[in-house]
Amino acid sequence: MNKLNLDPKRIENCRQTANKIAKNIHDFIHQHTTVTIERTVCRLLGIDGVDKFDVPIVNLIVDDIKTNGDLGLGVSTYLSSAIKATGLGLPKLIENYLEGKVNLTGYPLLSKNDTISILYPYYNKKLTKIKNNRNIRTKLKGEYPNKETQIYVIVATGNIYEDVVQAKAAAKAGADIIAVIRSTGQSLLDYVPFGITTEGFGGTYATQANFKLMREALDEVAKTENRYISLVNYASGLCMPEIAAMAALERLDILLNDSLYGIIFRDINMQRTFIDQYFSRLINAYAGIIINTGEDNYLTTSDAVEEAHTVLASQFINEAFAKEAYLDESLMGLGHAFEIDPLIKDSFLLELAQAQMAREIFPNAPLKYMPPTKHITGNIFRAYQQNTMFNMITNITGQSIHLLGMMTEAIHTPFMSDRYLAIENAKLVQNALASFKDEISFKPGGLIETRAKTVLENAEALLTEVHKNGLFKTLEMGVFAGVKRPYTGGKGLDGVVTKKKEYINVIALAMEGELNEDQTLR
Amino acid sequence: MKIRPYGDTLSDGKVQISFTLPLNPDARGIAASKTIAKAMGMVDPQVVDSESIGDGYSLFVIYGTVPFFVDLDKIHVEEVTTPTHSREEIEELIEAKLGRDIVFVGASTGTDAHTVGIDAIMNMKGFAGHYGLERYKHISAYNLGSQVTNEEFVKQAKLLKADVLLVSQTVTQKDIHLKSLTELVELLEAENMRDKVILIAGGARITHELAKELGYDAGFGPGKFAEDVASFAILELIEREKGV
Repeated sequence: MNKLNLDPKRIENCRQTANKIAKNIHDFIHQHTTVTIERTVCRLLGIDGVDKFDVPIVNLIVDDIKTNGDLGLGVSTYLSSAIKATGLGLPKLIENYLEGKVNLTGYPLLSKNDTISILYPYYNKKLTKIKNNRNIRTKLKGEYPNKETQIYVIVATGNIYEDVVQAKAAAKAGADIIAVIRSTGQSLLDYVPFGITTEGFGGTYATQANFKLMREALDEVAKTENRYISLVNYASGLCMPEIAAMAALERLDILLNDSLYGIIFRDINMQRTFIDQYFSRLINAYAGIIINTGEDNYLTTSDAVEEAHTVLASQFINEAFAKEAYLDESLMGLGHAFEIDPLIKDSFLLELAQAQMAREIFPNAPLKYMPPTKHITGNIFRAYQQNTMFNMITNITGQSIHLLGMMTEAIHTPFMSDRYLAIENAKLVQNALASFKDEISFKPGGLIETRAKTVLENAEALLTEVHKNGLFKTLEMGVFAGVKRPYTGGKGLDGVVTKKKEYINVIALAMEGELNEDQTLR
Repeated sequence: MKIRPYGDTLSDGKVQISFTLPLNPDARGIAASKTIAKAMGMVDPQVVDSESIGDGYSLFVIYGTVPFFVDLDKIHVEEVTTPTHSREEIEELIEAKLGRDIVFVGASTGTDAHTVGIDAIMNMKGFAGHYGLERYKHISAYNLGSQVTNEEFVKQAKLLKADVLLVSQTVTQKDIHLKSLTELVELLEAENMRDKVILIAGGARITHELAKELGYDAGFGPGKFAEDVASFAILELIEREKGV
């Protein structure tokens, strides 16, 4: 597909530059681990639950090893060594540990090979479950018809049981994808809450128990609707890999999984979140979970006309990071948005150029297209009109993940009727414009073609600049979204640990190994 | 003067409402929706649309007439009464009357992740053609972003020697924004800073009246721009410094 007559050499050059940018960061990533990565290892060895103060057991273990051992060797080493020295199985070891009967540190440390062979039975169980989930998803998706553009809506009541009611209603009304928005601020917690939750602010806590409840509800409604209903949650934040692991175990389909978003919009330390992102995306690659990236958010603070190229440049960088983490193109839900001021002349054409450009540059990626939010004023009637225009662009340019706009954006979390009206709007446009995109071409040298060309050129120049300065420095300079973040600032830096030569992460090794061997997994 | 809503004729009292009921859109559902409209004071409600929006839930759109008039003379509103000056006028005022740079510190506080409001007022680019405070000469604007705790906000305000504090609250659920706004006032009082700063709240559901009630100097709702906020703050500062 090349309706915009974009220069393929320029696109290739952007890709090569982005690859180099990501490679430089990856050298840094592979020299480090973090507390949440080590907690993820614990989770995928089967450790779960909380103590009497609601502190997750995986946090207790990792904090203990960080204080009394050397986390730079990895929890894998300590757990296998403790198992060997005490002669206890892992569940029994943890039980005794929680009762204060045994320590996790202070034993002779085992070699990498011994660690792998001791821990294999535990993690193999979890990895097998993840692979089974992946197969179930593939099988179910094969049984139902597939849609090019999938309607994505959000539920956010704070109470998972209420979310289930709303999610089922939305699926019955026509939604293909349900996202459960997290309670505000969860991304800044350096632990994952436990169990079923019924209270949250602006959303519902992401917990494994909540994931499970919603998954069951959506599988049930899928049967009556004859459509696979995908489940989304949000990993970006201080627990990115842990949430990815939980999502993999409960067969979530899409995860917001973007360190750039965390750095810029949640002030999470850049070193911490790049390191976390790799392992998190590796888990997603292994589990067949689509990642979503947060470029759309840049335009909520930056101008969508002037800064359009920063979105494209960031998409190239995110694509490069995704490749480094073994993600197949079909799992790269790169983000962009309809955020141009609707009062600008030809704003619709500018939006069309941007969306079509993204589609052509990333033809196999399930692009996530976000609705207008910045220029929604509280006039719900105009908002409905803006959303209609957004829905038109979505269908004209064949976007994949179609996040519906709400007429009550920024007023309150959506009412059931807001969501229903949004779905009706999207379905009507989808049907009315069903074959539109196959019928049109763009005028050579016209406004749309020229705009796309300019944005691509600017993105290319920006990528060259980013490569020259390095991504860390670029973020310090505030190139994306106009937000500056210091290298050692933000939250979570104290959770970063330099790996020792003997470091081992049995989960990452197993996943990387399998993904390297088995191309069908990719 | 007494008025009623205007449909297509002065004071015909026509209004439209829509809502969801946990009922099917059958005769009973429609009757229930009408009863609600009547209980709200509507005369002769017409249910123009009733449709299922999911199992056992329906959306109703109703037109009707409100039977009462409101007496404008009896309505009291609290508004920001200071005039709104242009950016250039504000810059001149600071130069002439204050003679120093004025520090504005703003944030979207508490758990609120939305920065749309505070960005519109503070960022260089501003909103809808109205430049933000960063663009103003003699104003040092610090936008701390979103999800800033009240404690952190107060700490930064002290550090930056803020003259004016801008607090934004955009999306709210179960009225947490009120709790957060009140907490900030208490913190400032505890730190003995409340009198030393001009404290302004802003956001989609903030009114001047509400802000005053919560102990703020002013509140700005939708449709207000950097110059509205800056005018109030600067004129208030001039007023206060005169009094010293």
